[in-house]
Formats: sequence, structure tokens, C-alpha cells
Amino acid sequence: MPQGIRDKVAILGMGCSKFGERWDAGPDDLMVEAYLEAMQDAGIEPTQLDAAWFSTHIDEIGSGKGGTPLSIALRLPNIAVTRVENFCASGSEAFRGAVYAVAAGAADIALAVGVEKLKDTGYGGLPVANPGTLSPQVMPNGSAPGNFAQLASAYRAKHGVSKEDLKRAIAHVSVKSHANGAKNPKAHLRKPITEEQALNAPLIAEPLGLFDCCGVSDGAAAAIVTTPEIARALGKHDLVTVKALQLSVSNGYESQYNGWDGSHFHTARIAAGKAYREAGIERPREQISMMEVHDCFSVTELVTMEDLFISPEGQGWRDVLDGFYDADGGVPCQIDGGLKCFGHPIGASGLRMLYEMYLQLQGRAGERQLTNPVFGMTHNLGGAPASNVCSVAIIGQEGA
Amino acid sequence: MVGIAAWGAYAPRLRLSRKAVTEANAWVAPNLKAKGKGERSMANWDEDALTMAVEAARDALGSDDDRSHIDSLYFASTTAPFADRLNAGVVSAALTLEKSITASDVTGSQRCGLTALGQALAAGGTALVAVGEHRKARAVSAQELDFGDGAAAFVISDGPGAAEFLGRGSVTDDFVDHFRGDDGGFDYYWEERWIRDEGIVKLVPPAVRKALEVSGLSASDIDHFCFPSTFAGMAATVAKSVGIKPEAVRDNLAAVMGEAGCAHGPIMLAHALEQAKAGEVILVAQFGQGAEALVFRATGEGTRPARGVTGSLADREVETNYLKFLTFNGLVDWEKGMRAEKDNKTALTTLYRNKDMILGLVGGRCRETGVIQFPRTRISVAPNNPAVDTQEPYKFAERRASILSYSADYLTFSMAPPNHYGMVVFDGGGRIMMDITDVSPGDVETGLPVRMVFRIKEVDEKRGFVRYFWKATPDRAAIAAQSAQSTKIQAAE
Repeated sequence: MPQGIRDKVAILGMGCSKFGERWDAGPDDLMVEAYLEAMQDAGIEPTQLDAAWFSTHIDEIGSGKGGTPLSIALRLPNIAVTRVENFCASGSEAFRGAVYAVAAGAADIALAVGVEKLKDTGYGGLPVANPGTLSPQVMPNGSAPGNFAQLASAYRAKHGVSKEDLKRAIAHVSVKSHANGAKNPKAHLRKPITEEQALNAPLIAEPLGLFDCCGVSDGAAAAIVTTPEIARALGKHDLVTVKALQLSVSNGYESQYNGWDGSHFHTARIAAGKAYREAGIERPREQISMMEVHDCFSVTELVTMEDLFISPEGQGWRDVLDGFYDADGGVPCQIDGGLKCFGHPIGASGLRMLYEMYLQLQGRAGERQLTNPVFGMTHNLGGAPASNVCSVAIIGQEGA
Repeated sequence: MVGIAAWGAYAPRLRLSRKAVTEANAWVAPNLKAKGKGERSMANWDEDALTMAVEAARDALGSDDDRSHIDSLYFASTTAPFADRLNAGVVSAALTLEKSITASDVTGSQRCGLTALGQALAAGGTALVAVGEHRKARAVSAQELDFGDGAAAFVISDGPGAAEFLGRGSVTDDFVDHFRGDDGGFDYYWEERWIRDEGIVKLVPPAVRKALEVSGLSASDIDHFCFPSTFAGMAATVAKSVGIKPEAVRDNLAAVMGEAGCAHGPIMLAHALEQAKAGEVILVAQFGQGAEALVFRATGEGTRPARGVTGSLADREVETNYLKFLTFNGLVDWEKGMRAEKDNKTALTTLYRNKDMILGLVGGRCRETGVIQFPRTRISVAPNNPAVDTQEPYKFAERRASILSYSADYLTFSMAPPNHYGMVVFDGGGRIMMDITDVSPGDVETGLPVRMVFRIKEVDEKRGFVRYFWKATPDRAAIAAQSAQSTKIQAAE
């Protein structure tokens, strides 16, 4: 295994726009909002940026293709801007590009910005994506909830969990995220909900109801990264450094080979295993202080707890019901409200997760602040369970 | 000795309650109330003349997916989805017939199903005749109550089979009882009494007599007389005028499925073959700008279909929602929502390049490892042996399968929400994420046995193209067998 990038790159500054139905803002406005906060946090001038990575998923309704949307919106000084897209892991890809450039010595200071403007489609839910020419002739005319909902039937069958128990467990996932999101001024959905509300909501895709689905939001998030040495030279102390960045992409195993049981994410287990090794973490359930995971749907978060080796296989639903992932539990998850309540502007989500982990590690999370976190983990899934990309990132206190 | 080696039939699972129709329309057409009895077969939104013909053909061909013995194909319909694209070509691709076959579309009259059958019998060789009809009628018409949707298929062979072909009689006369222009959606009819007295009564008997004469039989030799007509008692009238005994007149299935146009004579023939004893004589005739009549003698041999007309009629679900019927038949301009706005343009290059995969459900099997996969790819999916260029064609359509995971999706656009789909795993290997059809919420669960059916995938309304693919549907025979087995085990315990 490669040596990895543990502690080679530090986060100099981060920013995040208010997420939500941003009728007042276009993608350029959202990017500027996140960027200005990150630049102020970093305390640098635009001319100090060496390169930028820009993530957006649906260019048809968002900012458009290429690097120019970012460069023009931010008036960057003609530096390299690379647009990246990898479904819902796009924001994590932008961060990976910036971090790797710094780790490689190709840039001293690099910027990553992710944005998505979803509320310009005219309806709720994600827009229908362009699937190419072959897929629509073969694949079901499905939706994101319909694809992820399938985890539930396979999970129940594999672990012998009743429909009622699983529905209650995934309801708790959402109740927890709503409670957390209510405390976050930048979150999209800020009303707590009850288990009864979650259980009785209209079905979107069996067994997922309305409250099992994340918010369709507008938003942007940004990160500025550099080396620990440069960060210190710029006057920064108590650095938050990158411990691990891993990405695992389906190769058709799940959708074409008879090995996958449909109840979990094959890629997540690979990415998590590699990330723990890169970060030097041996007992994730004890060592990981907090997580932001890809809770596009409540059932996704539930199986992810097992895929990240925090809950034993088949026991994630019990940990969820026991409150292990609540804000006051063993490993708080979605402290900022998660995709569920902070919202899910696709290209921004990976960076938004890192933003919360960064704030927490710096003790700047306000009402949501956890006690002395050391390692924060983020996790993104793009695509669908049978064919996906999964990114796992771990950041933490320098030297931890 | 040319004859019918095997036969099959198909009726859509949905059966529209006629009472539901007449009650909904009573305010405007109280005169139709008398027709409010029984049910008619109703194509699901994803079924048409072509998909039903494919299903009937699969019923006739059986579960063996080696179809290299078929050397000609006839597809007959007056409601084929394409006016200028060989519909039989789609049937051929779906059934993975050899490229070297001859294929033709036979159309233009209600007797075209029997015409195709007659042509195949005359031509010799091993032929497949598939007849399907998806009849369109205006709302509040008598036709929407009389008509039904369905298909039948026959394998014709030179050797002895299920029925020996004895003779054929044809009459051709441009008697226009009804017509449909090439851009018309619906039939236009003339007066019933004229059609009956001047048309059927005068044009059908000569065809029947000719067929009998060629066969060397007299009318009294007929044990099964199959004659579809929406006019009550018409078959008996024709039988009497020819001298066929009244007890030979077969039930035209009007009460249980309606009349499936040009497929209905073939369907009645298939039904007769299922019930005829060895040695019994079957005469099937159908009217349409003249008439066609064919005579067969049942042998008691040959291959019986797994489902046939009897099985198809037994597999039914009553539909009492008339509005659903109107919607499925394009008779309601309804709000489909923004999610239906996506462009369904088909890349014809992609379709052709992947024809066996899309229309034939052909995947791959690795020569080295035996790994079975869908789709076939240059590099094998086996994680421990990604062999290159080792995949040979492997057919999935006739394989039994079951559900691994599923959802019922209320968000995505569907003609019959919620849209059911999931990961289907095949006995023997391979898996496909696919649509599940002919199900209601609560029908699907992990482990459910399913079988493959050929259906409409999507309709490109902008360009008038219909896209086809395979879907999973509950294997109700396997489910019944499973539950019988578990009852037996419980009883034993």
C-alpha cells in the first residue's frame, strides 16, 4: 500500500453557504458566499492561490461545464481550475484534487469549491439525469430513492429483521438528524420531527417515506488547503490535517456478478478499510470521534454504519435505535443535520461534511460543539447501491 | 404431412370489468347497459400486439431456448406498432431466431391471422406464426366492450404434430363492413344488419365449404367449429347454413376475454386444440373482406403449451378502474408531471449494436470460468479472473429467476405507479436490475420467483417509436407450487 498522505496537508480555511431553497441566489452567488468565508478563515489573498478544483454534478441546471464558472464567479487570477464530477462524491473529489496537488508539491495553496443549484428545475426531488444512450434502453426508469430503497428489502432478508423494526430504525436515523439540524443556522431543514411523523409520512419509494429522504437544496462549500509548514508560517496553530482520502468505484461486481447480496455497499467497505489503514486507525468504533456520512436516505445511513465498521454487521439497526449515533451517543453522526437536514446540493456535499468536521475539530461548532473530538470521518456515495462511487475521508488534530 | 407441431396463446393478465365500463358511461350511453356482463382482456400499458405475440410464441416454443429449427416467421396483426419497420423482425430478435429465416408481416384484415397460418402451411418447412392484436376503440363505444386483447402462436412443421392440416378455403371480396384509414386511430363501422346478412352470411360459408371439399370431409364431420364474431349467435347461424352440427360450435370466449381481432380465430383454434380428442376435426374460420377457413384433425400428439388459452385465462386480475383502461389506451390527456418530460429518443445505432442484449436478453458466459453475466462484456466480471474476450452468448429469457432487492417507486414517472423494479438474480447465474410488471404494492418481496416477459420499455411520443425490453413478472405457477409444497410439509408435520 502507498505511504499515504497522513498529516501532509492541513486545512487553512473553510466556508459554507447557507443551504436551502436559495431563490435569492444563483450558483455563482453561492460559490462566492462559501469562498469569501473560506478566504477570510484562511487569511490569504486570491493571488496566493496556486490552483483550484471545482465540483458540480448536474451542469444542465447548475453552473455549466468546465472551469470557467468558478474562475469567473470568484475572479480568480487565471490559475488552473479543474472541474470534477463523480456523482454525489463530487465535492470530495474537488477536495482530493486540491489536497493531492499540495501533497505533491505542485501547489502551495489550493482551493476546492463545490456547488449545486437544484432549485432551478421547477419541481421537488432531483432532476432526471442524462443516462447516455444504452442505459435507458435497459435500466428501469427509477429514481434515487427507488434505487437506495432496495437496500431495505435485501437487508431485512439477510439479517432477518422485520419490516416494522427496520422502519422504526430508519425513522430514528431521521429523527436524530432533524434534532441536530434544528441547532444549525446554516441548515436547510430546521424543525425537529417525531418518530410517529417519520413512520406515517407518505411513501416516496417503499419503504422510504418523505422523512427518509434528504433535502433537495441549493448550496456551496469551499476548502483551502496547504502544507502544515506553510500554515504555521501563516500564523495558524492547532492545525486540522488530512489523515486519509480514499475512493472506491464499482467495477460491475455488484450489478453483474453473483456475489453481492444487495444489503450493503461493497465499495464503502473497501474505501473504509483503506482509509483506516492510511490514517492509522485500528479500532474505529472507539477512535472515530464523529462522522458525517452520506445519508441521502435513512436506510443508506443505517447500512453505512456497518460498512464503515462502526457497528457489527447486522447490528447497525440496533445501534441506531440505542442512540449510539445521536449527538450524545458513542459516535455522533450528522451533527450538522446531515444531507437529511443540512441539505444535499450534490457537488457541495462532500465539502460541507468536511466543513462540519473542521469546525468541530477547531472547537467552533457553537451549540453543536462536541467534547474534544480527535478524528472526524466523512463518507460520500454517488450513483446507486448496485453501481456507485464511495469516498471516505478522515481529518483530525495534527499528530493524533 | 404438414401440420401444427405446437401452439401457444396469451391473454393479458388484466381483465376489465364490463360493468365498471357501463356504469361509468351510463349517463351518456344507457343503451350499452345490456353489454355490462363479464370481462374483457385488457393490455397493460406496456403491452401491445407485438409483445403479446412474442409471449404466445414463447408459449408455443417452450422453455428450450434453442430455436434454430425455425426457418420462417409470420407475424400477423392489424394493430402492429410499426407501419414501416418489419414487426416480425422485432419478434424474431426477441425470440433469438436465426438471422437466416424468412420473415413477413401479414396484415390488412381481421382474417389476416388465419391468412398467415394458411400461408405458412402452404409454404412448408418449420415456421412460426405469431398473431397479436391490441384493439383500439373510442370511449363509450360498443367496441370497447366487445373487443379484447390477446395473441396466439403456432409452430408449423412438415412432420406429424399436434394437428394434421387437412385443407383451406378462401374468399376474397372487398366488402367493407368497417375500415381504419392509415392514420386513423379507430374503426368506422357500417350497419350491423348489412354486415351480418350481406357480409358474414354470404361470404363465410363458401370459404368453409371449399375448405371441407379440399379436406374431403362433410360439414357433419366437424367436431369443433371456431368462428369469432361480436354478433351473438353468428357462429351458430353460419354453422346451420353450412350443416355443421350445433354442438360443434365453440364458445367464442366473449364473456371472459372479448374478441381479440385478427388473433381471435387463432386463439379459438388454440383453445380447441387444448380440448380436442385425438381424431377430432377442428374448423376455424374468420371474416374480413371475404373469409378464411382452415381444417385440422387433432392427433393427440405433439407439444402442449405450458399455459395455452386455458392457462392464460386462469391467470387473471379483474380491473374495475375504467379510467385506468382509458389512460393505458391513450384516451385521456392526463397530467404526467415534469418527470415525464424527459426525451425518450432512441439511439438506433446503440439499439442495433446491442440488439441481442436489448431485444433478445442475451448476456454472456465465460468459456474459462463458466461465469454468467449480463450484459456480455469484453472483460469478464469475475473478480478473480477478469478474462478477456472469453464471453460467449448466453440467453436469459427462459431462465427462472428471483428477486434479490426491490422497491416500489412513487416518485419516478410511471404509467402504472408505483414503478416496481429491483435486482433480479437468475438460476444458474447472472443478474439484472430490471422493471417488474403486472404487480401491485405488496406483491413483491425478496425471494419472489419471477420469469421474464417481453414488454414495452418506453414510448417516444415525439417520434412515434416504441422501445422494447424484458421485465420480470411473478412466476405465479412457481409460487403456487411453492405454497402447495409448504402446505404439504406443514400437513406432514
